[in-house]
Amino acid sequence: MKKDRDLLTGKTEKKRREPISNTTLLMTITVCTFFGMYLLSMMIWKGGFLNPQQFLDLFNNNAYLLIIACGLTMVMISGGIDISGGGITALVTMVCVVYLEDHGGTVLGSILISLGIGLAFGLMHGILVSCFEIQPFIVTLAGMFLARGMITIVSIAPRTATQESFLRLKQARITLPGIGYYGKTGNFIPAQIEPGVIIAISIVVIVAVILKWTRFGRNLYAIGGNSHSALTLGINVKRTKFFAYLAAGLLSGISGYVYLLHTGAGDAANAAQAEMQAIASNIIGGTLLTGGVGNVIGTLFGMLSLKTITNIVIASGLTKPYYQSITTGLMLCFFILLQSLILAVREKGRVRLLPEWMRPGKTGKTGKTESH
Amino acid sequence: MRESIKKIMSSQLVIPLFSLFLLVVFNLVRDPGFFSISIATNNQGYRVLSGNLISIFNGASAIAIISIGMTPITSCCRGQDISVAAVAAIAGSVFVSVLRSNEITVPVIIFAFVCSCLVSVLFSLFNGVLVAVFRIQPMIATLILFSAGRSIAYWINGGATPTVSSPLLASIGGFIPGIPIPTPIIIMVLFLVLISIVLRLTTLGLYTQVVGINEGTAHLNGIDPVRVKLVSFVISGICVATAGCITVCRIGLINHETLLLDAEMDVILAVAIGGTSLGGGKFSLFGSVIGAYIIQALTVTLYAMKVPSAAVKAYKAAVIILIVMLSSPVVKEFFINLYRKSFKKQAEKKKITISAS
Repeated sequence: MKKDRDLLTGKTEKKRREPISNTTLLMTITVCTFFGMYLLSMMIWKGGFLNPQQFLDLFNNNAYLLIIACGLTMVMISGGIDISGGGITALVTMVCVVYLEDHGGTVLGSILISLGIGLAFGLMHGILVSCFEIQPFIVTLAGMFLARGMITIVSIAPRTATQESFLRLKQARITLPGIGYYGKTGNFIPAQIEPGVIIAISIVVIVAVILKWTRFGRNLYAIGGNSHSALTLGINVKRTKFFAYLAAGLLSGISGYVYLLHTGAGDAANAAQAEMQAIASNIIGGTLLTGGVGNVIGTLFGMLSLKTITNIVIASGLTKPYYQSITTGLMLCFFILLQSLILAVREKGRVRLLPEWMRPGKTGKTGKTESH
Repeated sequence: MRESIKKIMSSQLVIPLFSLFLLVVFNLVRDPGFFSISIATNNQGYRVLSGNLISIFNGASAIAIISIGMTPITSCCRGQDISVAAVAAIAGSVFVSVLRSNEITVPVIIFAFVCSCLVSVLFSLFNGVLVAVFRIQPMIATLILFSAGRSIAYWINGGATPTVSSPLLASIGGFIPGIPIPTPIIIMVLFLVLISIVLRLTTLGLYTQVVGINEGTAHLNGIDPVRVKLVSFVISGICVATAGCITVCRIGLINHETLLLDAEMDVILAVAIGGTSLGGGKFSLFGSVIGAYIIQALTVTLYAMKVPSAAVKAYKAAVIILIVMLSSPVVKEFFINLYRKSFKKQAEKKKITISAS
């Protein structure tokens, strides 16, 4: 009942043209789509979708992706891009496994190593992007190549971690009270989550708080909206960009450790295409690549929608792998078109006098950077 | 004198040519015979050129052709097409499936090539419409085909990796009997000449740069940005199809998973190294081709130094970071300031000596 009222008020607000920010609007669409999709599949396919463990497995299997996507959200809001997440994740898993196995490392040491690798890459990206003013795409692409290449220098063959204290940490499960499902024999099996999920969720909360209530977070939005006016307002653009990339690198390092906790193996093929999936989660969640618009809660639901559609495709009997990526592509296409239409309609409603190509947000901003 | 130095320094081709020069010098110092070309006899009994230089030119031709297509897109859309490799896989699959349903003769090969070009242009136009009409960032718009493209190729192939073999195809991927230069190099040069003639002689090249520098101004001057962007995507589609077909001819089979794997990244790097700003604006086709050769030369050098193939990426990345740092505006400004300062000091010294005398 309360939800309906919220929706109603949302509609009336739209009619009165009271300002809802683009960020909130795009996020609301994603959240509604996800819940609609999940409820629909609960009604149609029942089975697995009614099982709370399957819902929690979305988190268990993709906690690392969520962490990469959170870092990417910060960078994308500032108007940049970071495609090195998957590479750093894979590098961290391999280095940690080799450290634990061959060098008699401790769990604490491996955690520190993962943070260190993440910070080192973040530092490199931050310096190259903010001080040398190189395009972030090229910098992080080089970072990705560097990370993926270094994995094979560390070890060519895939490795598995067998150290005892690490395995104990890896096999730790947190049982959620009161939630569970009945097995085939009728016994009650409580639902479980992995420790990585706790880390991922707390990172989502922390990033959300940073973006909403700290000066750094608001500066990110300002820079992404228009870096020139942000500069004239006295915001240190270079420093803010630097810290955005540093944070993204650090989160990629953490994501690597979470991935290791999930699989327990180091492999050059780990987290393949994670960067593209993270970008897709962000886009579905309403973060624009142009910067200045976005929200980390949207990213969370974007990731969930992306993975739920895969589950739906499998549940509907299309088990061949190519159906999954084709539906992912279709879903991306749908969301991208929807967002572009919504933004176009909203902007036309506001500035009717200006023709399409003179809108300040799109042509003006990039034009200025070109003349710079 | 100073004017001409300034002109040369501000040219887009300085950094790529300089880094290519460094690579060549490095290789010559390491192994004086690295670039020697010898005449060998291949399996079919024809005399052909061989050597590292030829293998660099030959190996880079597919990436060079795609980067020729990518350059106008980068210039006028202020973004990159990351779906090129996936679309090349689709085009290659169409090429193979047409060839397999007919007997392979020259007209059939031309027909298959035209088919794959049409399909590739269609997919490219899909990207183009998203970018030009719906005004979506190119990287995001092409992310759709990036994630779905190879699956479409899988679907065309029916999940298998069909092979085609014919002496005609081998001559496209390797050597035409009697001509000692590998055919891909000839096709690449033809493409470069053709497209640069089209861009130079018509107003298209100018329009592309104008749209990239300021879309609003272009529109005020009567240029339709949508049409220019769509044309650049059509050109790219043809280039991508050609690259896909050449690669298929070279290896004789279509593997939708590994055909031109990671080529989109190499192509974007080639364009960036070639001096075209990834933020749009002025472009240089020749620079992009040189960029592709730099990447391939780097790879061949690393292989010659017995670096394991999987680790090549890391060294490549390190060199690329160096090249991009050298070409960054901050470093350029620093060197220009340094040059000015030293020049001023010399001038002051001259003044002092003159006044003293």
